[in-house]
Amino acid sequence: MKNNYYISSYCHIKNNSVWLDGNDVYQDSSETFSEFIKNLYRAENTKYAKFFKMDNLSKLAFMAADILLKNENLNTSTDNDIALVFSNKAASLDTDRKHQTSIQDKLDYYPSPAVFVYTLPNICLGEISIKYKLFSENSFFIFDSFNADHLFNYSNSLLDLNKSEAVLSGWVDFDDTNYEAFLYLVSKTGDTIHNKQNIITLYNG
Amino acid sequence: MDALKQELKENIIEQLNLEDMTPADIADDDMLFGDGLGLDSIDALELIVMLDKNYGIKLTDPKEGRTIFESINTMAAYITEHRSK
Repeated sequence: MKNNYYISSYCHIKNNSVWLDGNDVYQDSSETFSEFIKNLYRAENTKYAKFFKMDNLSKLAFMAADILLKNENLNTSTDNDIALVFSNKAASLDTDRKHQTSIQDKLDYYPSPAVFVYTLPNICLGEISIKYKLFSENSFFIFDSFNADHLFNYSNSLLDLNKSEAVLSGWVDFDDTNYEAFLYLVSKTGDTIHNKQNIITLYNG
Repeated sequence: MDALKQELKENIIEQLNLEDMTPADIADDDMLFGDGLGLDSIDALELIVMLDKNYGIKLTDPKEGRTIFESINTMAAYITEHRSK
């Protein structure tokens, strides 16, 4: 393993607040996630026609990625070689429950196609890839808790094998009223060395 | 028929999560797909479910949707003729 890689940027969203590279960039007093993420989308002036059609997990992942990647000045008229390695605990459980509710009563059986398409956690990776033209490797892992060791090894492996130029990695979890996104960009330049301890330190920061 | 068209606009906005859009923004002859409202294939499936759930109309051939879902006018005309509830 070469391990000449760096964490060039990171974004954290939880408790109605957003931090980019450790700096508080947005917070509000919304009473629901739905209200918070809508306000954040508008405050960031993000333009993506399908945003309001996404499920909660995808909205959370999309905004964390967007806030981080918009500072990278990517050229979205061409393909971008950034791999995505995401993880969480609840998978797509929030949307799975909504789908289950819609098929619970055989006499009132009207499953929503728009809900059903989000009953996989990795759908959020597609939304981010469409916005930023990421025609690259992507994976979504399910763990009991934040697994810095696995994310570190997997991201390094992708870079060592020249599978991508950079890796957007981290944790995006949504269940009931609990949510958290922590994404970081692993690049070949930067100030913070990409290692397990630094990932944990930034995550806990 | 006008009441049905208004109801369709309200339902489409709500069911398809057309944020920031009001019924007044949708003309009766606006194209719902393509260059009009920009609806996609998943939206088309939602409209098929809406016809079944709200009006008791089951489309057995999804291709029928192309003409039925062309505009609010075409939807309202089809529902008026075929509704069972």
